[in-house]
Amino acid sequence: MLTCKEFLQELNDYLDETGDIELRRRIESHITQCPNCFVILDTTKKTIQVYKGVLPQTLPPDVHSRLLKAVERKSTERKLRAGLPGVQH
Amino acid sequence: MPATQEAGIFDESALVAKAREGDLAAFNELVNSYSRKIFRLAKHITQNDEDAEDVLQETFLKAFEHLGDFQGQSKFYTWIVRIAVNESLMKLRKRKSDRSVPLDEPVDTGEDTVVREIAVWDENPEQQYSREELGQILDEAVQGLRPAFRTVFVLRDIEELSTEETAEALGISVPAVKSRLLRARLQLREKLTRFFKRKGDDVFAYM
Repeated sequence: MLTCKEFLQELNDYLDETGDIELRRRIESHITQCPNCFVILDTTKKTIQVYKGVLPQTLPPDVHSRLLKAVERKSTERKLRAGLPGVQH
Repeated sequence: MPATQEAGIFDESALVAKAREGDLAAFNELVNSYSRKIFRLAKHITQNDEDAEDVLQETFLKAFEHLGDFQGQSKFYTWIVRIAVNESLMKLRKRKSDRSVPLDEPVDTGEDTVVREIAVWDENPEQQYSREELGQILDEAVQGLRPAFRTVFVLRDIEELSTEETAEALGISVPAVKSRLLRARLQLREKLTRFFKRKGDDVFAYM
């Protein structure tokens, strides 16, 4: 039987599904007998889930256009340095 | 849920090859695919929009400049994440007012794994809040973590890099990633429990 301290140490491998079958079995057996660790496992799992896909991935439009302009300037500089044709300046 | 480039239509290595030959349109396609993620990552680490924009620009300009050095052994995304993390950390270190703990500090005190609050959550806690409110709660909880933990959590659980990729991007060992991630997750769990616990279930908080 795992102690609660050992349970905590192994929690990540269980949540990330990287632990072996024996470890999973021991964790599952521990949480059936320890309501606190059951709650910790459940709420840590929900913590990770709630972050997936909720935080916005937005880019202000002017940030995006400034980025593209900066890249274009860099590209022009590089072409000029290399003396490539087709650069109007 | 926004569609992502992982859907499969997007041929990253072909774009990288074209961009390496100087094809600006191909490079811009890479920029368009990853700029939002890089901005979010930079914002989480630096904690402000202005620094995040600087990091975003520096990351893609460096990537453009050094595309010839990119070996293609790792994914292009992992490579630019590494650049973005380095740029973000430089911003943090430069900021004089930043009195937070440095990233390379040893953090194995064990104290952070102490669990204080144990309470059952609502079945669907996110439904109690509007999308904006929820975003703010989650954001503030992450911002409250120490930089060493925050960075690992952002890379592993928000940007979904593997443990190995995270270790590589941060220049720390795999065991260090694992121990920081555990602490970060447990600390966030504590913070979020205050918002998401089922009402009237305090009987569970007896320890």
